[in-house]
Amino acid sequence: MRNFLPILTVVAAIVVLWYGAAVKLNSAWVYDQATRAGADVPAFSQVVSETMNQDRPVLPTPHQVVAELWKSTVGMAITSKRSLVYHGWITLSATLLGFAIGTGLGVLLAVGIIHNRAMDMSVMPWAIASQTIPILAIAPMIIVVLNSLGLQGLVPKAIISAYLSFFPVVVGMVKGLRSPDQMQLDLLKTYNASSAAAFWKLRVPSSMPYLFASLKVGIAASLVGAIVGELPTGAVAGLGARLLSGSYYGQTVQIWAALFAAAIVAAGMVIVIGMIERGTLKRMGMVR
Amino acid sequence: MRDLAGPEGDGLMKDTINTAAPVIEARNLDLTFDTADGAVHALKDVSLTISKGEFVSFIGPSGCGKTTFLRCIAALETPTAGTLTVNGMTPDEARRKRAYGYVFQAAGLYPWRTIAGNIRLPLEIMGFDRAEQEARVERVLDLVELTGFGKKFPWQLSGGMQQRASIARALAFDADLLLMDEPFGALDEIVRDRLNEELLKLWARTEKTIGFVTHSIPEAVYLSTKIVVMSPRPGRITDVIDSPLPKERPLDIRDSREFIEIAHRVREGLRHGHGDDV
Repeated sequence: MRNFLPILTVVAAIVVLWYGAAVKLNSAWVYDQATRAGADVPAFSQVVSETMNQDRPVLPTPHQVVAELWKSTVGMAITSKRSLVYHGWITLSATLLGFAIGTGLGVLLAVGIIHNRAMDMSVMPWAIASQTIPILAIAPMIIVVLNSLGLQGLVPKAIISAYLSFFPVVVGMVKGLRSPDQMQLDLLKTYNASSAAAFWKLRVPSSMPYLFASLKVGIAASLVGAIVGELPTGAVAGLGARLLSGSYYGQTVQIWAALFAAAIVAAGMVIVIGMIERGTLKRMGMVR
Repeated sequence: MRDLAGPEGDGLMKDTINTAAPVIEARNLDLTFDTADGAVHALKDVSLTISKGEFVSFIGPSGCGKTTFLRCIAALETPTAGTLTVNGMTPDEARRKRAYGYVFQAAGLYPWRTIAGNIRLPLEIMGFDRAEQEARVERVLDLVELTGFGKKFPWQLSGGMQQRASIARALAFDADLLLMDEPFGALDEIVRDRLNEELLKLWARTEKTIGFVTHSIPEAVYLSTKIVVMSPRPGRITDVIDSPLPKERPLDIRDSREFIEIAHRVREGLRHGHGDDV
């Protein structure tokens, strides 16, 4: 309970600021309408009430976004093309597949980097370079190339998603697998332990806290990758498509609802990883 | 088992004649580290013989090479000149045959393993079967007086108990040689006294050969049958003292005249070593 009060306070402050900003940003349209109709300058209270429920507000109010979220999730069949659950699932499935590929690739690269000097010297600069290329530039090319190979839909998005998520996993796992100190390595040497034994019994368990920290960053990056991957294909399906079609048609409420859906999905995934982390570390005796 | 007599019961300060085959034999050992600031002479012309069943302490100020010498025996460092044998083999061969257990200054227990799990670690690596592992864990836990703590995690134990667990881990695979690098250096004096007493009992029960690095004079004198005094720059041996104290040593032996005499000689040796360059 103690944790709720500060959280609620912050949320309340954000909501107040948001309403204030909505009134300010949406009032221009109210004044415009009044001028065109040749009417008197409307009173402030009237302006406020007319900024609350516009069809195409510059900034939708919180209750509009909540209502849209409610309407397009609970108030609609999941199979509907306008259901955020439908679009959310499409994005989520690409995110999860991409995250799995990215994590697998990241762990493999990290294992290679710590065991092979040539990889140690060569892989990291390329991994860093890969992240300096704007994903928006590279995503359409991946879509086009894979499309010409006959791959459409889920896989190209998952690959873009993996492209973003492997990086934090490589960085975290290299650090994690190298975290045992010299004394620990000397100890294993006195047992004449093989490097496989050192890997499984010392390096892997030591790297677990680093792995989970990386996974949390990686899953969020995966979601961004999946959404970006939905943009170049045109507004077909997924949260990215909802964002794109919303901006095509000036549907700001739809854009904000899709943004919030994405944020909720991301928060959910981070929470799930956090729970797995707690469970794992607890079983390993590393949480007191 | 015929070699177990050792120097026991020989109350003379003279060099004891050891009939036993040497466990460790160092002849004119040199070790230079190449560092950015130039060569560091860590060991110079170190010669020493350690026989089976001896308790040998290495004492000296930091930089005297006591830890380096112990690490050479463990094949964690390689001497640049001279000969060194462990059980008649090169140190690296001895290491491959798992001839010694090594105890570091920090307990270094794996936080994700229970105490029993930590002690099982070398046994798993060396391929003991499951039943044998359990039996050995129970036995060494008993040996270091941690019976019943097997299921605890390291953070649930005090520093002294953790260090005892790390000694148990080094004993688990029955190496005849135990190398200890300032194992009680990070513990307070009361705990240290208690562990010293227990270590002596353990040594008497297991009849192991022990190499023990310390910078505490009372600790070295209380524990050892042989005290090796070393001095720095370059690291070398300045005195080797065979202790006339009996094998049975209650803590109050530290007030006896003999004890004080040996402590005095160690202190003189340390001061003499320092006189060269300070």
